[in-house]
Amino acid sequence: MPRSSRRRPAAVLLALVALAAFVLAGCGSNSSSGPAATSANAGPCGTTANTTLTVGLFGTFGFKEAGLWDAYHKLCPNITIKEDVVEQSADYWTRLKTRLASGSGLDDVQAIEIGFVADVVQNHADQFVNWNQVPNAAADKAEFYDWKWQLASTSDGATTVGLGTDIGPEAICYRQDLLKQAGLPSDPKTLAQKWATWNDFINFGKQYEASATKPSGSHFVDSAASIFSTAVYQGNEAYANAQGQADVANSDGVKGAWGYATTAAQDGITAGLQQFTPEWNKAFSSGAFAALACPTWMMGYIQSQAGDSYAGKWDIAPVLPGGATNWGGSWLGVPQKAAHKDAAIALVEWLSAKDQQVTMWKNGGHFPSNSQAAAAPAVSNATSAYFSNAPVGQIFGDISQQMKIPPIGLYDTQIQQALTTQLTNVETKGTSPGDAFNAALDAIKQVTG
Amino acid sequence: MTAVSQSQVAVRRPAARRSRRSLLPGQRIAYVYVLPFFLVFAAFSIYPWVATAWVSLHDTRLTTYNQSNWVGLANYRNLFSNHFFWNAFRNTLTIGVISTVPQLCMALGIAHLLNYRMRGRTLFRVAILMPYATSLAAATVIFAELFDPKLGLINWGLHTLHLPAVDWQGSKWPSQIAVSTIVTWRWTGYNALIYLAGMQAISADLYEAAAMDGAGRWAQFRHVTLPGLRPTILFTIVVSTIGAAQLFGEPLLYHNGLPDGGTQGQYQTLGLLMYQQGWTNDRLGLASATAWTMFLIIVVAVSANLLLARRRERREGRRVSVVPGPREVVAP
Repeated sequence: MPRSSRRRPAAVLLALVALAAFVLAGCGSNSSSGPAATSANAGPCGTTANTTLTVGLFGTFGFKEAGLWDAYHKLCPNITIKEDVVEQSADYWTRLKTRLASGSGLDDVQAIEIGFVADVVQNHADQFVNWNQVPNAAADKAEFYDWKWQLASTSDGATTVGLGTDIGPEAICYRQDLLKQAGLPSDPKTLAQKWATWNDFINFGKQYEASATKPSGSHFVDSAASIFSTAVYQGNEAYANAQGQADVANSDGVKGAWGYATTAAQDGITAGLQQFTPEWNKAFSSGAFAALACPTWMMGYIQSQAGDSYAGKWDIAPVLPGGATNWGGSWLGVPQKAAHKDAAIALVEWLSAKDQQVTMWKNGGHFPSNSQAAAAPAVSNATSAYFSNAPVGQIFGDISQQMKIPPIGLYDTQIQQALTTQLTNVETKGTSPGDAFNAALDAIKQVTG
Repeated sequence: MTAVSQSQVAVRRPAARRSRRSLLPGQRIAYVYVLPFFLVFAAFSIYPWVATAWVSLHDTRLTTYNQSNWVGLANYRNLFSNHFFWNAFRNTLTIGVISTVPQLCMALGIAHLLNYRMRGRTLFRVAILMPYATSLAAATVIFAELFDPKLGLINWGLHTLHLPAVDWQGSKWPSQIAVSTIVTWRWTGYNALIYLAGMQAISADLYEAAAMDGAGRWAQFRHVTLPGLRPTILFTIVVSTIGAAQLFGEPLLYHNGLPDGGTQGQYQTLGLLMYQQGWTNDRLGLASATAWTMFLIIVVAVSANLLLARRRERREGRRVSVVPGPREVVAP
């Protein structure tokens, strides 16, 4: 009927997926999955034949923008690269799952985000090339921060599904002009001392709120979620136990983070915004908040939202209250059913190498997961003019080295969404932290089943 | 039934059938002509229905699709004992009423006005259809801006009138009204156009006769237009009911693309719940159970509509036979 824009029963959608799985499973021939070692005499490009490699990505990965595809084509003239991009990583993951279930339609290279890497490791490890068994395995492994390698590996370490691209070490980004206006210290060194723990951070926030000179309507931090989703990964456990099973009720990370976030909410130091909404985006320039937890990639986000006129008003403090941790980052994997496996392995190894990761940092601010790249002068000496010439390479490099990462689980993304949604209720509707936590547990049960 | 009677015919008069077939040599080709439709129908309707029913009896996740376990009716039991489902059910019902009733009433009024001869009639007719031609996403984004609790035009208007600001996003009823407003805005013109077409099918003689009997505009509307439009009205009610039961895009985009329908699920509809279960939570079995439950709810709602309409028609028919008047001619 005419109401085409309203979804027909998702039955259709669901069934299409099922149909695809049903039909394609029949078509997909079981291609030989021999070791990649056969590539030894095929040269550094993995093949000498003219080949088009497809690379499945989400959002803006930035390889093309950084000129890496052109560079690779110069290095391997027989290889042409075609991107297969889905805008939202959640949609990308649904599509990847569909293709993995049907065993067909997979790209030669598939990006894997931290939000679903645990699922790939637990449920699909045998469907990806194991980087512990490629010819260059030892050299590949030596490049990365240990924790980055482990997140993409099975718990016994035997299988690794992807090589790292970027990581998201976190610091605190803040509006130095707003802190100054509120009569508070605003230089990064002093703030690094004043923000050593979350309690310090919250107390500083109370001083900001109490200031008579701060802009009216401005709050210290953007959201309780900002505090929560950072602090939760500072525990020994976040949303999953050591076996990778979802466990929220017994997690020290959740308990601590919930305490800090609800305290901040009830002390009124948060702006009550939901992250990644239009209101939140507008607030980067409106001055509705003065600080937020800031992984490396957030720098680019802030610049694009606040615009050039705010250059020099933002700064970065070389500290993360409660200890160093990570937010975000991706890997590149090669499906066993990739049409050009050897060429794909060669490409991923090249992209993960030091020089290319340095290029990705210089063109787009993707912080290297390759520790040698992070140590390269082009990264470690980098400063950001937009962020008041903060020594960003050094700040994030230091944090990356101190990083402590708890186990990640299958449902981290959904669990975090459920908890941060309830934090918004504590902030904006006065829901008691206890009720909100129970409501979150209720919603989480819908996910874990 | 036709098949049965045909076969009976075939048993009794085989010769006659054979001869009829030989009389029409092109008859078989008709099946070839309709075949493409039925192939598509089978692939995109029948198969999905059956497959969804099958999936709904399993504990299925897309990530472990090939290892789903048979769980019988557990997904349905889970659903009916689940407050998320009942919340979504209630919301779908209330948003459906808040959006459909004013929508159809307004559409009827607009159609009646547009039915008069007036200058620029075509312009108005095109204009009322514009919202329908607008993309859902664009419209919802604009409305979300208008209803923004902090910076929106509507709260600004309330403020200038010295009225308290309304939390159009966080509070239950205001947010449901806001979502319904988007639906109403988009579909009123469409329904008005359908009504207009129905009105133009009513013979002008009836209006003349009614006018001659001394009926004014209002009486004409009540006694000529409304009865004549009854089948059209029934059609729009059925279509709107189905649309309301499947409401999805507006509440999704109203919360920036999150399928939770607000931080407390205050405007989460069944469509959103199903999407959240299936794609956000990766529980395809549960989502399929929701899909089938929605389908049954729609069947029940539409049947109830038709039943009510038929009973009303029968009652009207009796009354018409007692009280002669212009209605007698209209009601078939």
